Amino acid sequence: MSQSFLPEELLIITVAEMLSGLRHVAVGAQSPIPGTAALLARAQSGGTLRVSMLGSETNSPFTDGGRELFDCAAQGRIDAFFLGGGQIDGQANINLVGIGDYPDTKVRFPGSFGSAYLYFLVPRVILFREEHTARVLVPKVDFISAPGVSEENTYRTGGPHALVTGRCVFDFDDAAKRFKLKSVHPGHTAEEVREHTGFDYDTPDHVPETPAPDAQTLTLLRGEVADAVTERYPSFAAKVFGAANAA
Amino acid sequence: MSDSLTTIEDLAARIPDGAKLALAPDYSGCSMATIRALIARGVRDLHVVGVPSVGFQGDMLIGAGCVATLETAAVTLDEYGPAPRFTAAIKAGNLRIIDGTCPAIHSGLQAAEKGIPFMPVRGIVGSDLLTHRDDWTTGTDPFGEEDGPIVMVKAIRPDFTLIHAPLADRHGNAWIGVRREMMLMAHASRETLVTADEIYDGDLLADEKLAPGTIPGLYVSAVAEAKNGAWPVGLFGRYGGDDAHLRDYLERARTEEGFASYLDEFVHAPHAHKAAE
Repeated sequence: MSQSFLPEELLIITVAEMLSGLRHVAVGAQSPIPGTAALLARAQSGGTLRVSMLGSETNSPFTDGGRELFDCAAQGRIDAFFLGGGQIDGQANINLVGIGDYPDTKVRFPGSFGSAYLYFLVPRVILFREEHTARVLVPKVDFISAPGVSEENTYRTGGPHALVTGRCVFDFDDAAKRFKLKSVHPGHTAEEVREHTGFDYDTPDHVPETPAPDAQTLTLLRGEVADAVTERYPSFAAKVFGAANAA
Repeated sequence: MSDSLTTIEDLAARIPDGAKLALAPDYSGCSMATIRALIARGVRDLHVVGVPSVGFQGDMLIGAGCVATLETAAVTLDEYGPAPRFTAAIKAGNLRIIDGTCPAIHSGLQAAEKGIPFMPVRGIVGSDLLTHRDDWTTGTDPFGEEDGPIVMVKAIRPDFTLIHAPLADRHGNAWIGVRREMMLMAHASRETLVTADEIYDGDLLADEKLAPGTIPGLYVSAVAEAKNGAWPVGLFGRYGGDDAHLRDYLERARTEEGFASYLDEFVHAPHAHKAAE
């Protein structure tokens, strides 16, 4: 018997599963769902997973300023990180800068943050974008903040692992340099994903449904984890868990 | 620094039009009190460097027409969403933007800190950022241990760093704890100007617990006391952001008129920029 859950909760739990067994996950700016997923994965790991959350006072281990996260990544000390994109294309290129002819962009995004570096150096980069439309998932991004794949002689120990959206999960196939549909979220279909995705990707013969959260995980998420994320993302926590706890 | 404190207005007066000014992100130390004073005095043509991003400080300065060039990895108001005056200025073509990435900004400052002309940085190869930067290039490992390309960024040497610290003393020492991006900024900049929530009675460097997190007065040109000087953004370890005020700002800053009304009330009205006190 499955409990009711919010779409955000499904996304958090889906992302958290991708962090299972890792040592150290870092969370960058503007990442409430990935950040919550990392805190959930930490709670599920019994404390063996280290979570470093940029901008947090209680969940940041760094004592050497903004550069330390990046130095850590270059040394291979960070196993997973999250990136988004105003646009993401079928080769996992991400655009955090804007739409149109740079620098005269028609629509301006916040900027590339650390993406142009961390995408190269963190083994498991999980792309996350809740909005799944052909406007976001495009054939080719207008500006490459960070490339999904590189030439063979480029030093690169990291790259795209998966793309999680509000409709589905894609895996990234390193060899084919393409996404492959992994699962569709409850209430969504493979046909709908195809219709709303601007880039081409592979689809298995049978597309499974993204597993719904179990009661135990939801309890953990809505309790201890919701409390932990409130420090860094108060508005998000109030919106999702205020609502979820009241339901 | 000479053994005396100065005023917020004096700090603002020291930053001339056209200066290259390094600022910290909202979660670090933002001297919003001095930002208001800079806007009030009508500073122009600043080259703002976000270390590595800017938030409300950047949005306000841009909206008030104080910024010619913005060099940053991002403009972010975090949970408050897109920065309205920044977005409007880009749309209107009123702002020269130099897009970077966080570690390249840190590395450029580290080069300046060491007095060397450039610094190699991992990643970035294949990013369109690289094609738009004439101060970044690629080379190869001169020792031949790697054969692929490596990006090199020119040193970033700001004229000024402007920060807000929880504590500073009369010797110009400023305690910033673990927010050591401000230490890097101070090392790399020609001058550092500090406001502090509280003036520490004594010498911060004489306390072995505080000294490691303290920017020595060696780098600091002037200190002014500014209680709640980061308001309306927060200050680590002391206070959070003023949520209601920031929401009001965002609402108003959606339009040029609304933003002007915000400046009238909180910057231009007599003593308005001291509203926090």
